[in-house]
Amino acid sequence: MGLIEGAAGQLNTVGYIVLMMIGIYAMTGKSNLVKKLVGMNIFQWSIILFVVSLSAKRDASIPIVLDGHGGGAAPVLDAAQYANPLPQVLMLTAIVVGVAITGVALALLLRIHRQFGTLEENELLERLDASSGS
Amino acid sequence: MIGSLDVVLLVLSVVCAVAAVQVRDLLASVVLLAAFSLFMCLLWTELGAVDVAFTEAAVGAGVTTVLFVITVYKTDRVSRD
Repeated sequence: MGLIEGAAGQLNTVGYIVLMMIGIYAMTGKSNLVKKLVGMNIFQWSIILFVVSLSAKRDASIPIVLDGHGGGAAPVLDAAQYANPLPQVLMLTAIVVGVAITGVALALLLRIHRQFGTLEENELLERLDASSGS
Repeated sequence: MIGSLDVVLLVLSVVCAVAAVQVRDLLASVVLLAAFSLFMCLLWTELGAVDVAFTEAAVGAGVTTVLFVITVYKTDRVSRD
């Protein structure tokens, strides 16, 4: 099982590259700060999609042992039957950290709006220049 | 069958992402981001990552949307671009 040759390898590769381009465009091309944050979220989920796609296998089940309660002896597991749980658990952490980052960024946006009265980047830069020049 | 479901979910999530970036009303942008997050959640259920899927549905589509809506409510709703 190669690196990208998972269950839906080529398709998900195309999907996450497209989503990553959309996120980069929103972060660099848009001037509203909330739009930039929306782009950051899309970028983050595209990377999570990439890593979760690495864990998928063809004809594999979810990573829960099927006959875990049967018999006394430990069941013999075939790893090819289950999706790889390690990238999934790592991305679980990444999702929670991403929500924390989004919360801190939104708190900063509220503070910026309270001080300068706008969230557009070009107006913000003008007001910063005006306040530092005078 | 699973392959065609994958195509449908990827196309829908890309459409939602483009609409969330392009629309001028920021509240509509946030709601479209929640829909995007929901499609990603369905995509991860299809990929066999159920724990990531329900964390995404609760935290990504729920808490993130609430935080964004509060921010848009307290600041400007209309974006220039």
